[in-house]
Amino acid sequence: MDDQYTVRPDTAASAARVWHDGQPVYDRGDTVCVIGAGGSGLTVIKNLREAGFSVDCYERETSVGGAWNWRHDRSPVYASTHLISSKPFTQFPDFPMPDDWPDYPHHSQMLTYFERYADHFGLREHVWFGTEVARVEPLRDGRRWDVTVRGSRGGQERTLRYAAVVVANGHNWSPRYPEIEGLDDFRGQVLHASAYSDAAQLRGRKVLVIGGGNTGCDLAVEAAQQATRCWHSTRRGYWYAPKYVLGRPADQANDLLRWLRLPLALRRWLFTRLLRLTVGDFSRLGLREPDHKPYESHPVVNSQLMYYIGHGVITPVPDVARFTRGGVEFADGTSADPDLVVLATGYQPVFEFASPELLGIDADGRPRLRLQLFSRTHPTLAVVGLVQPGSGMFSIAHWQAVTVARWLRRWGADPERAAAAWGRRQGKPERRFVQGRVADSSRHWFEVDHVVYLRALQRSLDELEAA
Amino acid sequence: MTTKIVRQREWALPPAPVRREVLSAAPTDAGAAPPVLFVPGFGHGAWAFAEYWLEYTCERGFPAYAMSLRGHGESGSASKATLRAYVHDVTQVAASLPRQAVLVGHGASALVVAMALARYPARAAVLVSPVFGGPGAAFSALLRNPLATVPAVFGRPLRPRRGQLFSRELPVADRTRHAARLGGASARAQWQLVAHRAPEDPVGAPPVLVVGSPDDRIAGRAALTAVARRYGGAPLLFPGMGHDLMLDMRWKEPIAAILDWLDKPDQ
Ligand SMILES: Cc1cc2nc3c(=O)[nH]c(=O)nc-3n(C[C@H](O)[C@H](O)[C@H](O)COP(=O)(O)OP(=O)(O)OC[C@H]3O[C@@H](n4cnc5c(N)ncnc54)[C@H](O)[C@@H]3O)c2cc1C
Ligand SMILES: NC(=O)c1ccc[n+]([C@@H]2O[C@H](COP(=O)([O-])OP(=O)(O)OC[C@H]3O[C@@H](n4cnc5c(N)ncnc54)[C@H](OP(=O)(O)O)[C@@H]3O)[C@@H](O)[C@H]2O)c1
Repeated sequence: MDDQYTVRPDTAASAARVWHDGQPVYDRGDTVCVIGAGGSGLTVIKNLREAGFSVDCYERETSVGGAWNWRHDRSPVYASTHLISSKPFTQFPDFPMPDDWPDYPHHSQMLTYFERYADHFGLREHVWFGTEVARVEPLRDGRRWDVTVRGSRGGQERTLRYAAVVVANGHNWSPRYPEIEGLDDFRGQVLHASAYSDAAQLRGRKVLVIGGGNTGCDLAVEAAQQATRCWHSTRRGYWYAPKYVLGRPADQANDLLRWLRLPLALRRWLFTRLLRLTVGDFSRLGLREPDHKPYESHPVVNSQLMYYIGHGVITPVPDVARFTRGGVEFADGTSADPDLVVLATGYQPVFEFASPELLGIDADGRPRLRLQLFSRTHPTLAVVGLVQPGSGMFSIAHWQAVTVARWLRRWGADPERAAAAWGRRQGKPERRFVQGRVADSSRHWFEVDHVVYLRALQRSLDELEAA
Repeated sequence: MTTKIVRQREWALPPAPVRREVLSAAPTDAGAAPPVLFVPGFGHGAWAFAEYWLEYTCERGFPAYAMSLRGHGESGSASKATLRAYVHDVTQVAASLPRQAVLVGHGASALVVAMALARYPARAAVLVSPVFGGPGAAFSALLRNPLATVPAVFGRPLRPRRGQLFSRELPVADRTRHAARLGGASARAQWQLVAHRAPEDPVGAPPVLVVGSPDDRIAGRAALTAVARRYGGAPLLFPGMGHDLMLDMRWKEPIAAILDWLDKPDQ
């Protein structure tokens, strides 16, 4: 795409009425600005349009799908990625995935799904592709916003004024690098998982995978199939869950038990029983016992990891103590000599366009939002998709979008009353939307249990409807 | 308006996949016209709309589709199908269409469509000769047409009389031809028609039109008025026609009126 045309052409024609720092500002009236056209951004556009708002969405890539469009440079998916959450939890609740797709679709099907969603609801016409949001600044009243955009490959900046901003920029694209002694001196190749895309990168190599999340386990399995050796290092033990239990996708079985109102303690017992009956004792396989109870960490769902460990093709190892020039030493004193290290140490949230206090971002870079959705200080600023559900993302993103749309509609109808209602909530203690507790790790900053969280959204929607 | 978010039973137990018959007629240039999806009622298949309405809708410039619920027409068999499975069939086909669709449900499938509206933000919906069931309706059907209704109590397909489906204007040969193609819904779905919860509110606030004949002996004036009132309107009436508006002698009048309604700029 030619950068000259990537910034809204209509703004060039319309005369600017206001100025900001000596630059013209194009007032877009009641229009809402959406940042990102991944799955979350698309459902925000759709639900805002459905509620009667006009929408300008900015997407720095040239197509929809976000993380699931593996042609995007920042896409974290690799050739073999399949969902870990089954269809009923992952899809938008009002746009079901086709029946003839598998329980766990491939990433290319996810992209097809988003493209069809965008076409079905005519969303692309509201998206300015190849356009990046550079700055989001509140006006002095703290209610309206000046948003500065520019072509992704450079070009002139423009500032537009919006009634509200909904951020849907995703949180799985900026690598979280670990600090490990000696890593800089290590002579082998070091790669973050975000830069891994294809099994050919592993073929014939001696690979060490660091990290026991879903990425780490997927890549360890892939290395088992492609590499000459594979070590898998985790700094704690996990409850590796299979993709199928009780004859159905594991998340469906789990929700069936919850629907039957089995208490958490009983489900924990059942889960450990099932694992004992199938895999058996973890330590027999050389794995550490988990340092937390089942359901206290983001689920790691992988049926093949145990299989390859049992076949001796993956060697589980503890945390890395230090790297040397030629190899690596582990916490238990053992060592290995990989020539490729893959850091599957997860991702961190980045909001490069907003000053930290807008989203309550602390020194560690962790945002604090109300309902994990709304800015705690600015009523017309929300972040959709900043959740990590133990199930699928997009049913949650849909209901977040519906909640934001209803809130903004109420705000638009009577700002003073809405502001008063907003003020009453101010200072309410922050809460987590998980069952029980979760293990302490940056990995769990955004963890939500889908039932606990959706119930909270339900209450918010009910309140908004009653008001 | 109420919204129901948490549906654990449905997430845990999705309806079984099934092969679905979808017939279509595409205009050469659809422009901005939304696709129209016809959902035939219990016992009917896509054929019921393929007879006239499908082509006519296409000629008027709308991409037109007619589907068969599971266990009907050429769709895969499903002897234990529930209303929920039928609703699932409708949302599956609707979501497979290129654009946001208008749903047109006939007879008991008007209820199925009404339920689907809570699951799929339709562009608009048309309920044709709607049969919303309920115990009262079942009881009066029993009185009016015991021959058809009594066997249904024992799980046999509901068999309306030909005189209920078509007006006397329709030639006997046509009546016999159509009647020979009738099948039946599953026994479970028939029972659910008697006892089901009212459809949830539609999502996305679609405009809803109710169409029927005051002389329909299955869904008469009272039923039409009651359903239309639920959606805040009055029914569009075509006197002198039977239950199967789309197959009756004067089939063109109702579909022309429906498409006129869709053509209005605010729909
Ligand atoms: C390997 C992997 C597998 C996963 N598997 C699952 C799974 O099975 N199920 C599941 O539910 N989730 C899964 N996830 C989580 C995944 O992050 C979400 O499914 C999903 O991609 C989140 O969508 P999103 O729209 O919120 O963010 P993204 O998909 O990241 O989209 C954000 C969009 O915003 C754009 N953007 C960002 N900043 C700007 C800016 N300043 N200006 C303009 N545009 C901008 C980006 O270009 C991007 O298109 C997985 C994640 C990974 C890494
Ligand atoms: N197939 C799929 O659908 C699929 C595949 C991959 C990812 N995903 C999803 O994508 C998201 C990100 O997953 P992810 O696996 O990339 O990241 P993640 O869940 O954050 O896991 C990161 C892993 O790296 C470890 N780690 C972090 N910092 C470390 C350090 N300094 N030293 C040693 N180990 C360190 C963590 O250990 P601790 O637990 O101790 O913090 C954890 O095991 C998740 O929501 C996940 O479900 C899905």
